[in-house]
Amino acid sequence: MSATPAIVAVGLTRRFGKVTAVDHVDLSIPRAGIYGFLGPNGSGKSTTIRMLCGLLEPSSGTVEVLGHVMPRDAEQLRRRLGYMTQRFSLWDDLNARENLEFMARIFGLDSAQRRERIAELSDEYDLAGVMKQRAGTMSGGQRQRLALAAATLHRPELLLLDEPTSAVDPQSRRDFWESLFALVQRGTTILVSTHYMDEAERCHRLAILAEGRLVAEGTPRSLMCDIPATVVEIEAEDVSASRSALAGDARILSIAQLGTRLHALLDRDTPEPAAHVKTRLATAGVVAHVEHVPASLEDVFVAATGFRHSPLEPRPRA
Amino acid sequence: MLERIVAVMVKEVRQLGRDRLTFGMIVGIPLMQMLLFGYAINFDVRDLRAAVVDEARTSLSREYIAALEASGVVRFVAPSAGVPELQRRMSAGEISIGIHIPRDFERRALDRSRPAAQLLVDGSEPMVDGVARGLTAVPLPRRDGQYASAVPLLELRTEYNPERRTAVQIVPALIGVILNMTMMIFTAAAVVRERERGNLELLITTPIRSAELMAGKLLPYVGIGLVQVTLVLTVGSLLFDVPVNGRLLDLYLAALLFIASTLTLGLVISTLARTQFQAFQLAFFIMLPSILLSGFMFPFDGMPRPAQWLAQVLPLTHFNELVRGIVLRGAPLADLSRPAMKLLVFLVLALAIATMRFRKRLD
Repeated sequence: MSATPAIVAVGLTRRFGKVTAVDHVDLSIPRAGIYGFLGPNGSGKSTTIRMLCGLLEPSSGTVEVLGHVMPRDAEQLRRRLGYMTQRFSLWDDLNARENLEFMARIFGLDSAQRRERIAELSDEYDLAGVMKQRAGTMSGGQRQRLALAAATLHRPELLLLDEPTSAVDPQSRRDFWESLFALVQRGTTILVSTHYMDEAERCHRLAILAEGRLVAEGTPRSLMCDIPATVVEIEAEDVSASRSALAGDARILSIAQLGTRLHALLDRDTPEPAAHVKTRLATAGVVAHVEHVPASLEDVFVAATGFRHSPLEPRPRA
Repeated sequence: MLERIVAVMVKEVRQLGRDRLTFGMIVGIPLMQMLLFGYAINFDVRDLRAAVVDEARTSLSREYIAALEASGVVRFVAPSAGVPELQRRMSAGEISIGIHIPRDFERRALDRSRPAAQLLVDGSEPMVDGVARGLTAVPLPRRDGQYASAVPLLELRTEYNPERRTAVQIVPALIGVILNMTMMIFTAAAVVRERERGNLELLITTPIRSAELMAGKLLPYVGIGLVQVTLVLTVGSLLFDVPVNGRLLDLYLAALLFIASTLTLGLVISTLARTQFQAFQLAFFIMLPSILLSGFMFPFDGMPRPAQWLAQVLPLTHFNELVRGIVLRGAPLADLSRPAMKLLVFLVLALAIATMRFRKRLD
């Protein structure tokens, strides 16, 4: 990773009327890596990305992308930037080739370059079979690969992906991430927003956003290690009984349900956290398997948002 | 720059070719309107249903009735017994005109101070009243020089349309109405659709400039507009014998100016509308006054002042003036500089508004 960051934002803020969608976000995104924005819907991920590529003007704060001051120098950035919108935004009534042809022309590729790039990308993103198919009739995975191909036609240095995998099956998601790693290998900087924990875990660095504020930032590993809490996992027959048995304990900062298990975040200073939980449950007569586990990103998110929410639950609107 | 404009044009034309409904509308709207307006709308009203109450029953009254029928304006149905029945039949919509010839018709005919007979006219229908007024001029049959001279004071000669056919007046003006409708709706929809479907969000982040995007989107429609002009002129000449008295080049130049104006108007609409539905509503909101106030159907000079002012803002008003001048009166474009200039001013202003409002940003 080179010394100067790809993106630097200071005090980035965007208000829509009385709602503050992005609230004083500071960012320093290194080059040639995958940087993730993790947060639930409405946390300000899309708004931030839109400000970074000049689609929206910040209400206050400054952004510099690849050395260009945004939104002032937005036009100079265009050729060096690839953007994949949250919604499929190529043309449904054009086929894959026509869509790619059009985007390539817009980015100023001459006809030889166009032929070459489209052939390359069709190969790389497995689009050969759908070249003559209209985008509107393609599957979610095919459309997403087409959108990625279109965004990388002009070999951008920076790729902004706004929830690229939201309409895609798990296998396509894995393939998609493989493609992203291949792009990073070639030196591309990628900024991706997601609300999937497994995707967030694959990023080189991560910013956790909640209610428009940046609440935690770092590599996934450091975020999980530095979580200001101890995680205890509870596996019990009666989940709700366990929940009520642990409610009101001063040492327990939050309890979140992950599938059939509960994750309790305890005060870091708790001696023997597993034993502490076990005793509480036993007193209430709840049979459970209790274990002290390493923190997951989900726990990090809960901790970062002040132990109030689980990222998988819909959030109350601010 | 040209490359990008061409790219957008190619894309637009491709999409247009695949959108069968829009493609059909390009040809369908002109044809439908031509047939509809050309055949159905008829300002020289004939064969109005009329009934007569003849209380005089003299040879003079019968001759008079025959003279009225000979005018071709009225077609007599079964006579009525009295005036109340006449009124009832009119209110039932059975007849549009009633004629009451009183018992003392012959005596009244001699007395020039009183009207000899009475004409009842259904005022609820447009046009009928005006036509019926023409009937009052039908002279009494001459008899031994007893009655007043039947020679009218004025002789009427209709220039540019000697046979007084409505199609001749309507069809050239239809060029404007059709272009107004299709150009405005298509551009507004084409731009708003891209916003609605999120294409615009992607386009904004590419190197394309707003002006390039707009030019690429609008240019194909200029071609379509010219095709429509040709279509209307051809069908007008084949089906309705509408002549083109002026120079074709002048006509196409005027059409080009008008097409540019309506496309720009469509662009302005597209910057106001959030959805395609809103765009259609806005387009319709402009369409209706355009048809009613532009002089397409009603003479411009007969409208109240405020309506005339409003009509000045509508490009169709000026184009109608141009097209009637060139097609029917055979006037050269140079003689029609006033409406041409007004259209040009409209174009420049609308273009300024459209560029001011269309920004390469989402907010």
